[in-house]
Amino acid sequence: MMGYGLLASGSSFLDGAAFGNGVVLAVFGLAAWAGYYARGNEIWRQALGEVFRRRRLSVFVLGLYVALALADSISWVGGSDRADGVLAHEAQSLVDRWFSGTTEKSYSAPLASAEFYDKTPLTRPRAHVLGTNILGQDVLYMTVKGARVALLIGGLTSLIAIPLALLFGMAAGYFGGRIDDVVFFVMSTLASMPGILLLIALIMVLGQSTFSVCVALGVTSWVNFCRLARGETMKLRELDYVAAARALGVSHAAILWRHILPNLMHLVVISFVLLFSSLVLAEATLAWLGIGVNGSWGQMIAQAKDELSRDPIVWWNVTAAGVAVFVLLLAVNRIGDALRDVLDPRTLGEGK
Amino acid sequence: MLAYIVRRFAYALLVVWGVLLFLFVLFFAVTTPDDIARRSVGDKALPRVIEQWKHAHGYDRPLWPSVDAPTDNLLVDHFRRMLTFDLGKSDADNVPIARRIREGAAPSLLLTLPMFALGLLSSIGVSLFVALFRESYIDRAWVFLSVLLMSIPMLLYIIFGQFLLSVVLRWFPLSGFDDDPAVVTRFLALPVLIAVLSSLGSSVRFYRTVFVEEIHKDYVRTARAKGAGELRILRFHVLRNALIPILTDVVMTIPFLFTGSLLLEAAFGIPGLGSLVVDAINANDFSTLRAMVFLGSLLFIVGQVLTDISYTIVDPRIRLS
Repeated sequence: MMGYGLLASGSSFLDGAAFGNGVVLAVFGLAAWAGYYARGNEIWRQALGEVFRRRRLSVFVLGLYVALALADSISWVGGSDRADGVLAHEAQSLVDRWFSGTTEKSYSAPLASAEFYDKTPLTRPRAHVLGTNILGQDVLYMTVKGARVALLIGGLTSLIAIPLALLFGMAAGYFGGRIDDVVFFVMSTLASMPGILLLIALIMVLGQSTFSVCVALGVTSWVNFCRLARGETMKLRELDYVAAARALGVSHAAILWRHILPNLMHLVVISFVLLFSSLVLAEATLAWLGIGVNGSWGQMIAQAKDELSRDPIVWWNVTAAGVAVFVLLLAVNRIGDALRDVLDPRTLGEGK
Repeated sequence: MLAYIVRRFAYALLVVWGVLLFLFVLFFAVTTPDDIARRSVGDKALPRVIEQWKHAHGYDRPLWPSVDAPTDNLLVDHFRRMLTFDLGKSDADNVPIARRIREGAAPSLLLTLPMFALGLLSSIGVSLFVALFRESYIDRAWVFLSVLLMSIPMLLYIIFGQFLLSVVLRWFPLSGFDDDPAVVTRFLALPVLIAVLSSLGSSVRFYRTVFVEEIHKDYVRTARAKGAGELRILRFHVLRNALIPILTDVVMTIPFLFTGSLLLEAAFGIPGLGSLVVDAINANDFSTLRAMVFLGSLLFIVGQVLTDISYTIVDPRIRLS
């Protein structure tokens, strides 16, 4: 049964392993391509080098999360006799295989040798560094798996929102007139609906799955970036080199692609990083309302409303997920700040 | 000036129309009345049961206008009812939605108004303080602290705040609400505190940028050259000129004053509009959700019009362009 690789999928295509693998690998491929492009471009190489120098620790932390997400994305069927968290006939990732057979019956405290409530000995005493959750799953295992979910939420949503925002923002800013009127009207309409209510409405209408949560987040989050891209394009359109290109007979499409888009890329990068952290935060809220993504840190945190009122309290599940999401967001926000300072000198960064 | 106001109102009406159309597409065309009925009575319900449910909740009409029924269809009905604030009845339990909203508005406002006022005061205060010490270690420490505070999900603030301050230290009641104004303060103190703390990071960062940007402008140098003290400059020059971005930010939060805070209300058992939405999610109550989105948008649009008009008062340059 081995060797199915990315094609092995679960019951539903969109929530299955193949789809998730595809998205994470696509994001990774995109990042690799962007890195390759940045290396060949003097300005980008300098800017990213500067960000890396300023935020060595944050970049390292982010790299660790990405590596974990990737390890949980490479999955295939078979080759493992005990499955936890995933069904036996479904694809198991490297992380699933590493933690294979660690499931206990119920809660156990970190590094305990017996179960938390009925004190029966564990099958693996002192092996659960972060304890086990209500279903007996290793909390470290679930926390590590959350990295992939977070990357999936941030990545898939950005893949929906950013191209959409760029397309409409550039078209509106460059052509103006009727196109601008229509785009601006759609933006005002979407922006006037309270974000969280629109998000809930969309998820209730689309049904609850990873994909629909990402679509809903995409619909609610593209407007801000679209407005930014539109304004910037309007400024760029007036510049002399665009007029010169027009005079030389360059087509509109070529101008947009070659002269406008590269000058928007710094905004894309900054928006992507800032969007990412706001998406992970939004998903945590949705998880608490019971309409989040399965296996997310938000979901683990949401379970704490019962766990912290138990006696004695179960604190390790929420703490593990909370620390995981906090460290990731802190790293992402720090990198985002540095990127903004380096790439967009007009905004006043740290006391310039 | 008058022409501008008229034009602004006309555009606002157009946006209201857009919101209504969007809601119709979302709640009637994408999720058809049949889908809504099935969510309530179950997937395997008999067609007869679904028809009954649709009839009882007023969904048993054609979706789009046709020659036979130019007005008796759900599209026209949806527009007419929303625009006359006839919000209809809850899909879940047939209670008039308008009554629910009237009941929920007071608890929500009791929570959000102090939250909003305290949040605004504390963030402007802190960011003026930080701007005063810009480019020093105090400033850098606050910038880092802001990022730190921003990286914590609201959920964690609530969970750990409740646990630490109510369960362990017993300073505040864990959750609950009371109609008696003397008692309700005790219940609202903790959610307000948590809300202010959780939003402090992003708002201080925003206001600090606004203030520091103003401080670098020429008129501040002029004021300094004529011998004005740093505090006087902040109070009379910077704060006044920073009003426009602050005003914009304030208006953005106005609809949230009304819709309440979903997380806070649900976590602290406050029977406001946030709880109404949470209940609507759990009960598949589409009509309540629809009404809440519409009212939230309407308030936002009205708020935006009012800000735009007040801009022209604050800043005469806008009036001329």
